[in-house]
Amino acid sequence: MNIIIPIKQVPETSNVKMDKETGTMIRDGVESVINPLDLYAIELGIQLKEIHGGKVTVCTMGPPSAQKALREAIAMGCDDGILITDRKFAGADTWATSYTLSEAIKNMGSFDLVLAGERATDGDTGQVGPGIAAWLNIPLATYVSHVDEVTNTHITVERLVEEGYQILKMPLPTLLTVVKEVSDPRLPTLRGKKKARATEIPVFSTENMNLNEGSLGLKGSPTKVVKIDYPKVTRGGKMVSANGEEGINAAIDELIKFLEEKELI
Amino acid sequence: MSYVWTIAEQSKGKLRGVSFELLSRGRKLADKMNTQLCSVLLGSNVSDEALQELIYRGADNVYFIDDPRLENFIVETHSNVLSDLIREYKPHTILAAATSSGRSLMPYVAIQVNTGLTADCTELDIEEGTKHLLQTRPAIGGNIMATIKTPNHDPQMATVRPKSSRPLPEDTGRVGKIIRLSLKDELVDNRVEMIGFRKDLEEFVNIEEAEVVVAGGKGMKKQENFGMLKELAKRFDGVVGASRDAVDRGWLPYPHQIGLSGKTISPKLYICAGISGSIQHLAGIKTSETIIAVNTDPDANIFQLADFGIIGNLFEVIPKLNQRLENYKKEGK
Ligand SMILES: Cc1cc2nc3c(=O)[nH]c(=O)nc-3n(C[C@H](O)[C@H](O)[C@H](O)COP(=O)(O)OP(=O)(O)OC[C@H]3O[C@@H](n4cnc5c(N)ncnc54)[C@H](O)[C@@H]3O)c2cc1C
Ligand SMILES: Nc1ncnc2c1ncn2[C@@H]1O[C@H](COP(=O)(O)O)[C@@H](O)[C@H]1O
Repeated sequence: MNIIIPIKQVPETSNVKMDKETGTMIRDGVESVINPLDLYAIELGIQLKEIHGGKVTVCTMGPPSAQKALREAIAMGCDDGILITDRKFAGADTWATSYTLSEAIKNMGSFDLVLAGERATDGDTGQVGPGIAAWLNIPLATYVSHVDEVTNTHITVERLVEEGYQILKMPLPTLLTVVKEVSDPRLPTLRGKKKARATEIPVFSTENMNLNEGSLGLKGSPTKVVKIDYPKVTRGGKMVSANGEEGINAAIDELIKFLEEKELI
Repeated sequence: MSYVWTIAEQSKGKLRGVSFELLSRGRKLADKMNTQLCSVLLGSNVSDEALQELIYRGADNVYFIDDPRLENFIVETHSNVLSDLIREYKPHTILAAATSSGRSLMPYVAIQVNTGLTADCTELDIEEGTKHLLQTRPAIGGNIMATIKTPNHDPQMATVRPKSSRPLPEDTGRVGKIIRLSLKDELVDNRVEMIGFRKDLEEFVNIEEAEVVVAGGKGMKKQENFGMLKELAKRFDGVVGASRDAVDRGWLPYPHQIGLSGKTISPKLYICAGISGSIQHLAGIKTSETIIAVNTDPDANIFQLADFGIIGNLFEVIPKLNQRLENYKKEGK
């Protein structure tokens, strides 16, 4: 089973704190990491390879420094990494990103499965995975939470929807986007890290791919960001202390009044 | 020509509430452009009354493709059909819901019809003059608001967060047309087969479409304690959610998880107890209308975002609150 996993490098946000004065995030010295939601795809890919054989290739479109993310994924157990990088790719929206990634995937030889994260924590759209499937004209299942059965020709998956879990039998090749429930990501091993350092990372660019230049990067993106606002996230709400019998009763009185004012009761 | 379309959703022949929320968004845009609003529904076995309700709640026209092969959402077929309709009718703007179907269907369609798509919009407007759709969405966990437009491609397409707008009241005086279209066989894609549906959770919650969500975190201490949150949720006709810590401990299953690696919600009221308010949790609740938090720690991050914060022990506060609301219901005060 040949598996391709597009991953994205994003700013690490788990240690980010809020600035209590301005109500904005403090982003100083933020490091880059693999999009945390892509780790679930990586883990699933490695598990499927361990059971069914084949290999797992991770790829990322980004600046040359994004190869760090590829090496991290190899240290976890992926076999190969491909860096898709070119000045002309910069500023791509989800349409142009999924175009470029789908062309890169076509250049990687035959595959059975593409696994993507549900969404990236920075752009936060979840549109790139479905977009790749559409460009490749392969079937798509989003929000996959379980893989039930894998045969030479099919994969049966459960996808989390509003009313429950839809169970789909998908022909290979296919693209899945996965949620946290699908796997529990492992940590890189020492041996993996060694291997990652030694692995050669091929580079795909406009030089060795046959791309439609009008569909790349900022220029080729149908959507344009015209304005960015930094809203105050803090709300400066009412605070009450609830200490002791009386304090608690008083706090609840206040809360009831608040709910009444807001017409919530 | 150059109509505004909203994509209605159905489940087992019943319209889902987001269908009406989208119409109230669409109505504003259509009025601003002096054009008509159409609701597009792909499904099976939807009653005439249900279709009529789309008109009462804002639609001028309803396009309904009624076919058993559209009963379940299969993205390949649904996107073939929607793309075909777009090529034929050339709408100006299309709004869909940011649900599990809308978020799969629309990016697929965007590639098929070669246009842009903005995810999870919370505000929409029409730019004077150009008539471009101005699409505003939170990004980076809600820490920035980006306004996006699609200047050189048609149609203008966006998905909209469930519960981020209210449906219009039903106006039974409104008249409109219901246009039934048939499904073209060549658009049916049989590659993927739906072989079952599992709904084994005791009460499967759809926290993204709930008006009120009551959530608990690590401060709840153990699974049994969620009973008091369920009781509170029930009083508001709401559902129970949880932080990742609570889900990872197995206190509630994953579909209840709110935040970066769970669901993003925009309820009218969010009440949480024993949740510290990590950046990852806040990312999932920032667009809630009203937030109430109970926490023993006065410096807990959650209080930054709360409209009403109670510094106190949840094991004392929540049961008392339940008791108080019970009396309130009885005595009407
Ligand atoms: C990549 C990534 C993704 C993540 N995704 C998510 C996500 O989707 N959702 C999410 O929630 N988290 C997510 N997290 C985890 C997040 O960083 C926090 O660890 C988590 O939100 C903490 O959960 P909590 O608030 O329940 O627990 P804690 O942070 O431990 O907070 C418990 C709170 O309960 C209070 N408390 C204790 N006892 C009482 C009492 N008796 N009465 C009142 N208050 C009490 C304490 O004061 C404390 O503030 C993610 C983390 C990472 C790195
Ligand atoms: N630049 C990129 N390179 C590789 N994969 C990407 C890239 N951007 C997005 N993806 C993949 O698409 C998923 C959804 O991303 P997004 O649509 O940006 O939220 C991610 O979880 C990745 O699997």
